[in-house]
Amino acid sequence: MSLAAETSTLAPPAPARGWPRKRVAGHVLVGLWLLAGIGLLAFLVNSWDGELFRQYAPAYLYGLGTTMTLVAISIAIGALLSLPIAYGRMSKNRILSAFAYAYVQFFRGTPLLAQTFLIYYGLGTFRPELQAIGLWGFFREAWYCAILAFSLNTAAYQAEILRGAIESVPRGQWEGAASLGLHDLQILRQVILPQALVVALRPYGNEIILMIKGSAIVAIITVPDLMGQTRLAYARTFDFQTYIWAALLYLSTVELLRHGVDWIERRITRHLER
Amino acid sequence: MGSVSTLLSWGAEGWLDDIAFGVLVTVGLAVATLPVGLVAGFFVALAKQSDEPSMRLAGNVYTTIFRGLPELLTLFLVYFGVQIALQNTIRLFHPDATIAVNSFVSGIVALGAVFSSYASEVFLSAFRAVPRGQYEGGLSIGLSNAQTMRLVVLPQLIRIALPGLGNQWMVLLKDTALVSAIGLGDLLRQSYIAARVTQEAFLFYGLAILIYLGLAIVSSFFIRTVERSVGPSTR
Repeated sequence: MSLAAETSTLAPPAPARGWPRKRVAGHVLVGLWLLAGIGLLAFLVNSWDGELFRQYAPAYLYGLGTTMTLVAISIAIGALLSLPIAYGRMSKNRILSAFAYAYVQFFRGTPLLAQTFLIYYGLGTFRPELQAIGLWGFFREAWYCAILAFSLNTAAYQAEILRGAIESVPRGQWEGAASLGLHDLQILRQVILPQALVVALRPYGNEIILMIKGSAIVAIITVPDLMGQTRLAYARTFDFQTYIWAALLYLSTVELLRHGVDWIERRITRHLER
Repeated sequence: MGSVSTLLSWGAEGWLDDIAFGVLVTVGLAVATLPVGLVAGFFVALAKQSDEPSMRLAGNVYTTIFRGLPELLTLFLVYFGVQIALQNTIRLFHPDATIAVNSFVSGIVALGAVFSSYASEVFLSAFRAVPRGQYEGGLSIGLSNAQTMRLVVLPQLIRIALPGLGNQWMVLLKDTALVSAIGLGDLLRQSYIAARVTQEAFLFYGLAILIYLGLAIVSSFFIRTVERSVGPSTR
């Protein structure tokens, strides 16, 4: 009798997989989701209206395009604005860091909807003054106001992401690079940022997702994004499937993005896996 | 239109009483949503950390849906969807009945769903931070499963989850502004009305933003006090 055979007889048998209570409950819950999904599908098939689809499908795609454009522009402007703010947050200068702190607290502590209202409706109070300096054309348009509000808002969040990522890189990396004779900007660009951005990738992805979801509120100030087109379609038809289609579009966009970020993260952290 | 001090006075002339009522609605909605979201989030987290795959699947579907939908859309889906569903059900019995869903309750349901899906992630990571030995220790001194959860795991869990839940509370407080879109008279809606009537948009939206900021500051102070009272949350 070999040792291997003996140990194999000593190994405990696999636990029997019966139907304990939580397994039953789990299957019931999954069954409920399935039922809800089938019900939704049945509702969509049942209320399918070719005319409605032909009329509103282009509007929905156009709305989705508007949403994506708004988010892309705001994220890009916000990224630029976030650089000085993140610098201010990490600065040893009291005044600079207090100012950056106040900016971040203000935009992260208040609702995006209220900020958008303040810019779009609120600045209308100063119409004569704005007309005098030729800026009224900008603040009259809901689209520009939305971009301004979203850029300022996401700049605050992105500054915090950037600061967190840079501060997550150990001090020794700065010191090591400095001892090699690199100057500050070189250290930041060639040593710190490559490590920080790996950390920042997931928060940045989340921020883009939050922006896509948050951008639905621009429908309230009459920007025809996906939500705006949906509200228009619902107001004209009183057909609830208009909202279901919007939900499916938003959900698939967000899921696509989330899996995209996951994939990128897996690829750029391959060297860290063991 | 009167001066700023008249506009911001209490009573029929000014708008301060209306704004104060809006603050009450905003805070009331957030406070009413919190327990709903916390309990739902805890059970979803319980499902997601289960060793039963079907349980995990059911929990993950919930999170995926309510984290993927825009909060405003969730609100509309609940507000209009529940209304239509109830209407159709009731029409089976009373053909000419009409029904209106309370926007406050819709707000609680929608914001509670969003809050719970995020809170479940916070709870889940807290569950993972409580070592297995704590469960085994609890069982080995003769506690039942439920007792182990309530007496041994939960006190540690709350301490670990508190900072994350505090963040979610801040998000919830800001998300309440969305209910103004379904006509509930919260802080933002009252400011909107005041701004429309008086044409002093900047004054009232500025005031609203400052009040939101004040609420956030008070909350963060309160959260820090609670955190200190349950002990250090280092790891």
